[in-house]
Amino acid sequence: MKEEIKLMKGNEAIAHAAIRYGADGYFGYPITPQSEVMETLMEEKPWETTGMVVLQAESEVAAINMVYGGASCGKAVMTSSSSPGVSLKQEGISYLAGAELPCLIVNVMRGGPGLGTIQPSQADYFQATKGGGHGDYHLITLAPASVQEMVDFVALGFDLAFKYRNPAIILADGIIGQMMEKVVLPPFRKRRTEEEIRAQNPWAALGKPKDRKRNVITSLELDPAIMEQNNIRFQATYKRISENEIRYEEINCENADYLIVAFGSMARICQKTIELAAEEGIKVGVLRPITLWPFPSEAIARQTSHVKGILSAELNAGQMVEDVRLAVNGKVRVEHFGRLGGIVPTPDEVLAALKEKLM
Amino acid sequence: MYMDINDIIKPENLVYTKPRLMNDNPMHYCPGCSHGVVHKLIAEVIDEMGIEEETIGIAPVGCAVFAYNYIDIDWIEAAHGRAPAIATAVKRLNPKKMVFTYQGDGDLAAIGTAETIHACNRGENIVIIFINNGIYGMTGGQMAPTTLEGMKTSTCPYGRNVALNGYPLRIAELVERVDGTCYVTRQSVHTPASIRKAKKAIRHAFENAMAGKGTSMIEIVSTCNSGWKMTPVKANQWMEENMFAKYPMGDLKNV
Repeated sequence: MKEEIKLMKGNEAIAHAAIRYGADGYFGYPITPQSEVMETLMEEKPWETTGMVVLQAESEVAAINMVYGGASCGKAVMTSSSSPGVSLKQEGISYLAGAELPCLIVNVMRGGPGLGTIQPSQADYFQATKGGGHGDYHLITLAPASVQEMVDFVALGFDLAFKYRNPAIILADGIIGQMMEKVVLPPFRKRRTEEEIRAQNPWAALGKPKDRKRNVITSLELDPAIMEQNNIRFQATYKRISENEIRYEEINCENADYLIVAFGSMARICQKTIELAAEEGIKVGVLRPITLWPFPSEAIARQTSHVKGILSAELNAGQMVEDVRLAVNGKVRVEHFGRLGGIVPTPDEVLAALKEKLM
Repeated sequence: MYMDINDIIKPENLVYTKPRLMNDNPMHYCPGCSHGVVHKLIAEVIDEMGIEEETIGIAPVGCAVFAYNYIDIDWIEAAHGRAPAIATAVKRLNPKKMVFTYQGDGDLAAIGTAETIHACNRGENIVIIFINNGIYGMTGGQMAPTTLEGMKTSTCPYGRNVALNGYPLRIAELVERVDGTCYVTRQSVHTPASIRKAKKAIRHAFENAMAGKGTSMIEIVSTCNSGWKMTPVKANQWMEENMFAKYPMGDLKNV
């Protein structure tokens, strides 16, 4: 089937994009506000068409370990959840990073801490971008701001994960997951055969032929000298990702006097703030990080040549603002504006905050 | 007649050989431990079935974490207790492969209880090899869910007290009741006869998995002479007298 244009929710888009990408498996556990991902997959029955495995696990912990198992075989496997569930997955994510396994994780964030709320939030920024589980590691973190990007980032996330043998995460929020938009769905791709996986991912544990040594997928190494070398290799991978994969969008930044840095649904809201500000004669630009890790630090730093101040607008109590401040390194004033616990601000609230904090 | 050693070392005089799939890495297991024998049986069964190129083992956290160093097949090292979840995905994504987990009592019966029960309940076509020695060996002899009542460990130094620690958990009896299992058996490897029986059980379980009959669990009641602070011989006696009373030998289910 060819490209198709449809109207759908962000969560449904993730499911359709996964099937069309040729994903081999999805393993999940229901949690609001992202249950439509697995519901859509179960309704679509891709095991009858593409051969994709879809399984409802007994827990988030089991689901991420099923992903670990599938990834160990070189399969394109994924899971999705929302904040409390993603916390449960952190052990498995750390093991995936430590075993250098590619996979895709989706977090449709809701307000926390604890059981929190089912309303949208961006309060898992630290968890997604700074590691989340134990040990020195990073996830390739993609922040979609539209339903179309929910589709596009499934393929991008898988491709980057396999390119660098590192887990990728789509860090969405309840708004992007639940809202409906027009999307262009890509054509169907065939799932890779076992022979293709063996050729492209010779590390995969698919059974040992006589002509190679056994493949062992593990994050364990008791010799600290070797374990340090492993960590140095991981850090070299993160450096390569940082040098090659930073993505961001600049909206009206060229002549802006003030800059808003915002990601995901907050960046959508702030685009309206640009218009409201212009009506008052204030020139505001928005820089939207698309990769939250690696973070577009240099792109933000470049803005300090002409902006008087930067507002980091987030659906949290001030997380990305720390990275913005590090990027700017004191050259201009950086303030944070956020609403908490599932409250989503209006564009004029953001403008009022910008005026109050920066002007 | 004078005989040189080279007159004895001849193929026709061979009565025993190391299984082909066991490699030459020095084992880290303590002398007297049951793990080495069970590894050998698994290696023999895989070889005899001719499925080494199709077999993927899932290693646990615990003493057997390094199982992947000894049997010459592809392995995946699991997080503590998660082997059945990993095996589930490996088998579902590769339905023609032979997938087995190798887990101890802490891994399988404490931290991984949920993954164990649910993999069995889904009837995953995998084999679970469960080494029950009633103690945490790798971390230095702490209480396991299977530690016997009154048995001393470093975290129940006055003996397991059920008021404080609950009862020894009989996992085989639990998964026998679960509809997805086709074969649940309890074996040991402390005598030549028991070793032969255990090998037959492993072979039967592997054949079940390849035939798609459901989940097979082989519990192997084992010794941890280091953790139990006994000689290997004394540990075997103690196991027969005490462990077998709580964990009786034989098939619980064979559909």
